Amino acid sequence: MSRLKKAFKNGKAFIPFITCGDPDLETTAEIVRQMSANGADIIELGIPFSDPTAEGPVIQEANIRALAGGVTTDKIFDFVREIRKEVATPMVFMTYANVVFSYGSEKFISICKEIGIDGLILPDIPYEEKNEFLPICKKYDVDLISLIAPTSHERAAMIAREADGFIYLVSSLGVTGVRSKITTNIGEIVKMIKANTDVPCAVGFGISTPEQAAQMAAASDGVIVGSAIVKIVAQYGKDAPKHVGEYVKSMKGAIS
Amino acid sequence: MANANDSFYIGSTGNGRFGQHGGQYIPETLMNAVIELEKAYNHYKDDPEFNKELNTLLNEYANRPSRLYFAKKMTEDLGGAKIYLKREDLNHTGAHKINNVLGQALLAKKMGKTRLIAETGAGQHGVATATAAALMGMECVVFMGEEDTKRQALNVYRMRLLGAEVIPVKSGTATLKDAVSEAMREWTNRIDDTHYCLGSVMGPHPFPTIVRDFQAVISKEIKEQLFEKEGKLPDAVIACVGGGSNAIGTFYNFINDKSVRLIGCEAAGRGIDTFETAATVNTGREGIFHGMKSYFCQDKYGQIAPVYSISAGLDYPGIGPEHAYLHDIGRAEYVPVTDDEAVDAFEYLSKMEGIIPAIESAHAVAYAKKLAPTMDKDKIIVITISGRGDKDCAAIARYRGEDINE
Repeated sequence: MSRLKKAFKNGKAFIPFITCGDPDLETTAEIVRQMSANGADIIELGIPFSDPTAEGPVIQEANIRALAGGVTTDKIFDFVREIRKEVATPMVFMTYANVVFSYGSEKFISICKEIGIDGLILPDIPYEEKNEFLPICKKYDVDLISLIAPTSHERAAMIAREADGFIYLVSSLGVTGVRSKITTNIGEIVKMIKANTDVPCAVGFGISTPEQAAQMAAASDGVIVGSAIVKIVAQYGKDAPKHVGEYVKSMKGAIS
Repeated sequence: MANANDSFYIGSTGNGRFGQHGGQYIPETLMNAVIELEKAYNHYKDDPEFNKELNTLLNEYANRPSRLYFAKKMTEDLGGAKIYLKREDLNHTGAHKINNVLGQALLAKKMGKTRLIAETGAGQHGVATATAAALMGMECVVFMGEEDTKRQALNVYRMRLLGAEVIPVKSGTATLKDAVSEAMREWTNRIDDTHYCLGSVMGPHPFPTIVRDFQAVISKEIKEQLFEKEGKLPDAVIACVGGGSNAIGTFYNFINDKSVRLIGCEAAGRGIDTFETAATVNTGREGIFHGMKSYFCQDKYGQIAPVYSISAGLDYPGIGPEHAYLHDIGRAEYVPVTDDEAVDAFEYLSKMEGIIPAIESAHAVAYAKKLAPTMDKDKIIVITISGRGDKDCAAIARYRGEDINE
């Protein structure tokens, strides 16, 4: 069983996201330690991309800050290699197809395996294009995470049947970012997913408060939170880690 | 609709691949929207009613067919090949963009959509989309890089006059690529009633095919008109290339006529040996961005390069997948043209023929100026003048150190 699937064995999973190198990799390292210590079940590490088309303003700006700070894919690989010596929590990379493709897909994914990255989330790779990376991911035992959206409708079953690791259920239309309300009927989509796979399903996009997290977790296997954490980093900069730690603790507490 | 006979050229395969390029690299949220679009297009493209309606619009409203004009003075001045100008600048709204927009807007309407969104660089596609939306009673929102709203203030006014909302995009380099990204983001936000009227032969399948088919009317007409005037095929056709819609329109019906050179002129900006360039084929490499696999200007880590050109319409870091494929198989040539050369050509055509070309189209004129003298007098070059240059006058004046009020 993949480490990602196992991460859902201890109740509902909490999956926090952070953009690597925002504002610098030392801060990211401390944030990862705090996330792990405060109950994160999987940590989602964003590799910044110049033109993140699936992101709202908050994560777009984090990408700009990180790239302006000089972070690169190679520096992030080195950072993960180091942090893995002290943090055992499963980790996935979230980035865009061109970051992987341009590095050399096989080289990128083999390094993921080597440094202990368990999965890959690529929001611009739908089911139809997954063979761009899937055979290599299978070869190196790195789970390529499938996304299902409120607009997937009948596609959800097809996607779920071939999913690995966990399923990233996109809660809402639009891009990433904090939302005051999530109107999608998550329970109904999860039901369709469950009828087709035993791969766990976590909900992301728009979740920021413990109440929302509890509500989404009740209907699924876990929640993914990005923009709300990136906002904390934007606010506190190098002092963000302890604030992120407290936030992760409150969110994990809310869904447990 | 488009009638290239596929004697050697395969074009795209069923899944929107042009060789290794193309595809559908988009968020899952948009997949059903592009699938629905493809189904609708496949249905309507061969529907006689749809084509009749579209042709009426193209002819009665957009002023097609556009003229194929023999540029006698330019031909004599350059002393080589005979030069014809395909006058897309004479279309309603002043550019080739209207060909595609009328097709897509009509298609969107048939699909029950009530709102069009679009990206625009120079503003020509935005103006065309705003125009079609006004005509068909649809809502319209245009995304335009903030930098471009300054370079092309006149077009911003035109779009607003036509009833469209223009949203200046501040992210990234605040140019065309950022406008595309923002339009894609908006589409994921609102799909049910909204059609993304993409302006070039780029993005996810089926857009590169749909836009090409609607623009192929350019080469269809060139072929017929030149046959009438000269009784033969041209020896070269030349068009500017950003995403590549007027170029693919100019090339398409000649792809199987191997004697015809197909030449796309990329914006080299300050030169392909500088970082201030937008010449994708000449300086880019293969990548995945904006829904497609193609060539992109990017750094070694795949970060998209902040490209530059004096021309807002060519200031894009990628190229349509069919062009990437035509380059791969050696069927079309892609040559770099600098800002300086384009501005010279802008002024040259104005003085020589009394035709002020768009600065985008001036890139094609610039290359023709170099090519024509090297060819015999019995050879023929057709240059597509993709748009008119009124919109560029203030910017070119500034380039020459003169400040004029628009």
